[in-house]
Amino acid sequence: MPTSMTEGIAEDEIRHPTKKLTVSEEVAIEMVAVHKWYGEFHVLKDINLTVHKGERIVICGPSGSGKSTLIRCINRLEEHQKGRIVVDGVELTGDLKNIERVRSEVGIVFQSFNLFPHLTVLENCSLAPIWVRRMRRADAEEIAMKYLERVRIPEQALKYPGQLSGGQQQRVAIARSLCMSPRIMLFDEPTSALDPEMIKEVLDVMVELAESGMTMLCVTHEMGFATAVANRVIFMDFGEIIEQNEPHEFFNHPQHDRTKLFLSQILHH
Amino acid sequence: MTDATPTYEVGQHPDLPPPRSEVGVLGWMKHNLFSSPFNVVMTLLGIWFLWWLIPPLFDWIVLDAVWTADSRKECWEKMEVPEGAACWAFIKGRFQLFVYGFYPHALRWRVNLSFVLLIMAIVPVLYDNMPGRKYGLWYAMAFPFIAGWLLVGGFGLTPVDTDQFGGIMLTFVIGVTGISFSLPIGVLLALGRRSKMPVLRILCVMFIEFIRGVPLIALLFIASSMLNFFLPPGTVFDLLIRVLIMVTLFASAYIAEVVRGGLQAIPRGQHEAADALGLTFMKAQALIILPQALKISIPGIVNTFIGLYKDTTLVLIIGMLDPLGIGRASLADAVWAGLAREVYLFVALFFFICCFSMSRYSLYLERKLHTGH
Repeated sequence: MPTSMTEGIAEDEIRHPTKKLTVSEEVAIEMVAVHKWYGEFHVLKDINLTVHKGERIVICGPSGSGKSTLIRCINRLEEHQKGRIVVDGVELTGDLKNIERVRSEVGIVFQSFNLFPHLTVLENCSLAPIWVRRMRRADAEEIAMKYLERVRIPEQALKYPGQLSGGQQQRVAIARSLCMSPRIMLFDEPTSALDPEMIKEVLDVMVELAESGMTMLCVTHEMGFATAVANRVIFMDFGEIIEQNEPHEFFNHPQHDRTKLFLSQILHH
Repeated sequence: MTDATPTYEVGQHPDLPPPRSEVGVLGWMKHNLFSSPFNVVMTLLGIWFLWWLIPPLFDWIVLDAVWTADSRKECWEKMEVPEGAACWAFIKGRFQLFVYGFYPHALRWRVNLSFVLLIMAIVPVLYDNMPGRKYGLWYAMAFPFIAGWLLVGGFGLTPVDTDQFGGIMLTFVIGVTGISFSLPIGVLLALGRRSKMPVLRILCVMFIEFIRGVPLIALLFIASSMLNFFLPPGTVFDLLIRVLIMVTLFASAYIAEVVRGGLQAIPRGQHEAADALGLTFMKAQALIILPQALKISIPGIVNTFIGLYKDTTLVLIIGMLDPLGIGRASLADAVWAGLAREVYLFVALFFFICCFSMSRYSLYLERKLHTGH
């Protein structure tokens, strides 16, 4: 009989039991030797990344390092010039049909929310299910209300985005992406444009989403969030992936000098 | 000095009404008309100018005007001072001509019916608080064909030669056709000009720049004399149809540029969000981009429409008789010669009523679509 109930289980799993359980062997995203240029500027250099289903990945790094560009390549908001990107079994090429199929399975949340200002919150969320998945309006609105409840703002359904606070708008943006039932969620600095009081309400929604088993790629500076839910933290600088590790190791035992420099700048301000 | 203002505990100050002289009519007058010595002088000058101008003008136009007479001479005899007032009897006598042109007398009920149908078609397009608006919109799309049949005839109705169209009726036909068809064509041109496909883009740019480089009068002359050279021999195109095509194409080029300005104002994030949700290009344009772009462009679009509506008067150069043309033709009549002021005032009033209504509607639309962003 073991001397302790926790003998044989890694310390990390005890603190964050949800972490290892939901990562499967299936590959959600695969990037192989990906390069991207903006004109002459080499913005992504030899990116190799494999993301499994259910994995939560946080990407951090100084500005201009290509983090946003990397995740925007995954749903082809940006095009890569070299290498292969395979999302959910579909390779991203110039073929439009593929792109639209991939985009309806990949949700993205932007730093500047990008809600549609001429539509109500409910219409923002139900638009894609109606026009892309061809649902009936009543069904789409039901799904929209379900997700609005999940992000805890069902009472704002008939308001316009201009009437909401930043934190509420970002939560609507998350609900809007979730209404398409995506398999992968991308977050491009979701809390960077928010007041400190509103950051928490958005992070709570993201943590709850992570705990439900969603595959997530998150570009963020919120290291508390990374520690709480991430399986892996990736550090990028000047277009390259410098280092990646699980959060505890990443923050406490960084390997590269550049990682150490970056961490010292953000953790001690 | 009495201390009339009571003091309150910190945090207990109640909401008080503002002082009388700062709000309401008095407040407005104080701030806008009498706020500085210079403004006081300008206000008094303005009041004097209006007093000098308005009463005599009102007398001339309304109070002393003669409404019934058989000739200019008789009209002026009825006034205290010859030419001292407006002779509206001239317009009254010619009113039918001004409104219907030379449309056959017995068939004018068709013009009246078309006008009623026009109002019925416009209302669901412009106002969306109506029940059954969807049917109204379908009817509005069918309206041009119904009105065309009613006005021109054929298929059971006595045909009327379009040369007999004239007056206010002609202005409405050209104006309404030009406005309703130039907007969708203009939007397509704007989208085409912004397209990444080089052939489409070049074609749209060439069309827009050609139209903008040529005056409307020149295009009307081309329509009236040269268009037949570009078409297969033997095709006889009604002059009115040629004019309608030219006016519509002319306006659509200007609308294209106005809409393109609106499209440029839409932040890239809107395109990205629409793409990221999986919307195709056409759906993204129709649901997300164009509603916002058109809303921003409303002032420019209505401006173009108002200009177009007034430009319809240019058809008098190629021999079609719009209200101004009829007015000038009427002035040639010896019985009534010399009443140019009345004619031009009347035509100006007609255009002012129409254009001002369009302006007001545009403001209503902007206020209605304002969703706080």
